[in-house]
Amino acid sequence: MRSLNKNILFGLYNDENELLGALDKARKAHLDIFDVYTPFPVHGLDPLLGLSESRLHEAGFVFGLTGTMTAFGFMSWAFVKDWPIIFGGKPYWPAPSFIPVTFELTVLFAAIGMVVSFYTVCGMGPGIKNPTLDDRITDDKFCIAFDTSGLNSNELNDLNSFLTSTGASEIHTKYI
Amino acid sequence: MGAYVSPVREPLIIGNKTYHQITEDICTPTEKTPTKQFVIGFILAATFLALYVFSITWTVWVGIGSWNLNRTIGWGWDITNFVWWVGIGHAGTLISAILLLFRQKWRTGVNRAAEAMTIFAVICAGQFPIIHMGRVWMAIFIFPYPNTRGPLWTNFNSPLFWDVFAISTYFTVSLLFWYTGLVPDFATVRDRASGWRRKLYSNLAFGWTGSAKHWQRWESLSLVLAGLSTPLVLSVHTIVSFDFATSVIPGWHTTIFPPYFVAGAIFSGFAMVQTLMLVCRKTMKLEDYITLEHIESMNKVILLTGTIVGVAYLTELFIAWYSGYLYEQFAFYNRVFGPYWWSYFGMMGCNVISPQIFWVKKFRRSIFITFFMSIFINIGMWFERFVIIATTLARDYLPSSWSYYSPTWVEICLFLGSLGLFFTCFLIFARFAPVVAIAEIKSILKTAGDNYIGPNAVHAPHHDTHSVEEDNHSHH
Repeated sequence: MRSLNKNILFGLYNDENELLGALDKARKAHLDIFDVYTPFPVHGLDPLLGLSESRLHEAGFVFGLTGTMTAFGFMSWAFVKDWPIIFGGKPYWPAPSFIPVTFELTVLFAAIGMVVSFYTVCGMGPGIKNPTLDDRITDDKFCIAFDTSGLNSNELNDLNSFLTSTGASEIHTKYI
Repeated sequence: MGAYVSPVREPLIIGNKTYHQITEDICTPTEKTPTKQFVIGFILAATFLALYVFSITWTVWVGIGSWNLNRTIGWGWDITNFVWWVGIGHAGTLISAILLLFRQKWRTGVNRAAEAMTIFAVICAGQFPIIHMGRVWMAIFIFPYPNTRGPLWTNFNSPLFWDVFAISTYFTVSLLFWYTGLVPDFATVRDRASGWRRKLYSNLAFGWTGSAKHWQRWESLSLVLAGLSTPLVLSVHTIVSFDFATSVIPGWHTTIFPPYFVAGAIFSGFAMVQTLMLVCRKTMKLEDYITLEHIESMNKVILLTGTIVGVAYLTELFIAWYSGYLYEQFAFYNRVFGPYWWSYFGMMGCNVISPQIFWVKKFRRSIFITFFMSIFINIGMWFERFVIIATTLARDYLPSSWSYYSPTWVEICLFLGSLGLFFTCFLIFARFAPVVAIAEIKSILKTAGDNYIGPNAVHAPHHDTHSVEEDNHSHH
């Protein structure tokens, strides 16, 4: 397991609406949130956390285009330049015949490229174990986490009272 | 969350559920000792799998001569099985991709199992063309790789070559899509487990934490993969139909084949989903998540696609007559009244006539009828592939080469054995993975649940005609 070397203070909420309410207040109070963990994708979270839109689909487009050009380019090269053969009286460069394979490789490259990018940028993959804060976060708890490294006791108290006042059912600290 | 509850929709999750209850309900089957039913089912499936391995070994050892194919009828049960299995695979992608794009919430109850079914069906399908080669090691030659013969490349004009790419792309993309959806749920199982199971699921979960940014990327990825899979699933059976449509055999050489094959594929796929889901919901006690509403929705798709297939059959007959082309007319006369007339009527009866009972709501919502219909349709769709392939080949241009074909025990055992492979894979999946997408079910609980009983529950009666705004954070 990889360690992040961080002291984390986190509060667990019982409901996503409480979480969203708390995040709204946190944003207004300019609190520096380390991360938010939820058991399912909660809509409306991204603007509250100031997360910019994922650019994964842009990467997907580039991967797809690579697939298109690889397939079409390779087949054209093989049939026109490398070994021209006449099949059934058709021209050396039977472009319409290339459409199915070109399409399939576009999809294949885009899908593989995006999935690999996804796991890479998320720091995930086979055999990787990332530290988790609480086992119930993948069940029914919604978590707001603060990095408390280098904070003084006043700031810590502020974070604690923020979590309590916004309805966190449990507050814990953990070194990850 | 801007939670709009449609007044006309039935709840998709029945019972008073909390988020935790959903986790419990869906994870429990993977945690308990296997039931007696499961063990019996597994032994049965594994026996058929053994039969499959035996028949493949026999085919490779003795050669294709152990089958009854002849010079006139070069494609028989093998290619019939191939097309049938690929078709079955289509429903999974349709449910998980096309219904995601159309924002159909009912897909969340069945998408996981349907996608698993897709993957296992494509595994079964992909083996038949290779077994059909007889010398299975020759399969390497279908790939364009740099070789010492020039290099001499494969024929990129050949629909059989396109098929290799279509099927392998379809398998890969379905697998990636399915597994990415599974990762958060594996994390849920991981966080409940201890001992060796915790280790196993830690590896399967890829280090998922549930971070907000990861969910955002996960949703973005799912959406684009759905967008990619949608044309992909339509292309796969289109390309399979090209195997026939680009030939110059009357009865095969028709432009109607691509849409007709795709509709038939979705039709048979949904039938197989019904068969599996009806057994799953009963044995794994998932009636609250796979409801009558789900079954009815799928029966509507079956009715629609079955009717499309029926229209295609009749169109073929009409066009054959209208073409004024003797060979085309004979091909279809032969299909209906020739030596294989029984398979044509089996196909018509199972695929076109019998699904029409789903116009009646009572039948659409009957588990008993749905189960029998799902089996019927799968038999009918197998007949359809057989009618297209064997009937057409049996009566070609030259009456002197006309022939008849019936399978040997090897071919029959290969088909029965492939069912064993399919069900063995599916049972392993049902044992180790959550068969319903936990995270996705949780995300629709408040809008499509019967009665959400958590903190802050807004009890939204479903006969209410107002939209329910829980707060003003609208999702974009």
